[in-house]
Amino acid sequence: MLEQPPSFKRELLATLPSLRAFAVSLSGRHDKADDLVQDTMMKAWAKQDSFQMGTNIKAWLFTILRNEFYSQMRKRGREVQDTDGAFTERMSVHPSQYGVLDMADFKKALDSLPHDQREAIVLIGASGFSYEEAAEICNCAVGTMKSRVSRARTRLQEQLGISGEADYGPDAVSAQVTSQGF
Amino acid sequence: MNEMSVPRARRTDPGLGSNSDIGAKLRAFYGAVQDQPIPDKFLDLLEKLDQVEQASKRKV
Repeated sequence: MLEQPPSFKRELLATLPSLRAFAVSLSGRHDKADDLVQDTMMKAWAKQDSFQMGTNIKAWLFTILRNEFYSQMRKRGREVQDTDGAFTERMSVHPSQYGVLDMADFKKALDSLPHDQREAIVLIGASGFSYEEAAEICNCAVGTMKSRVSRARTRLQEQLGISGEADYGPDAVSAQVTSQGF
Repeated sequence: MNEMSVPRARRTDPGLGSNSDIGAKLRAFYGAVQDQPIPDKFLDLLEKLDQVEQASKRKV
């Protein structure tokens, strides 16, 4: 009766939080991000036969979501992204050493990056992918991925007026976040 | 002929490591979304997809 391994559902479920965070960073908005995640879930479900259990489901799902995002963008034509207040609102309930304003500035800077640079720095700096995996997800060369990340970092630093090294000393937040695993 | 096993000295760029301000902000930003509970509509959707699949199997 169980031809499909039941664990596909479990694995999809386990990846949802990071998939959703990636969707928010791509689209810049919560409502659109959630639509994108739903579309991705349906696509992934429909083509689950093409996924090999035991391989990297996270990278597979990120690839589907990214393709979906760009194909929807092409269909709609380029929309102006507007930053939603809902995001910063929700942000404020998250315990963090960074103030709400500080995070809003950061989001603004992130949103100002070109799409390719933004997704690159998010995949490498936050989603926990290697350069090789990120390059595969974005269908580009590893060297291209590295240079996008580097340009994104430089641009963010310029916009936020900070240097590359820690201004704040050891950061408990990122240690906490990264230790949870993505 | 598998190139997947190329050893890598470090996983992330030094500029995005735990001591970089950009890296820390990025992870805090991302983590804030990731730590939110999964919306019910996603769970409902998964259940529905599963049910449809089970139902179609029973018919066959």
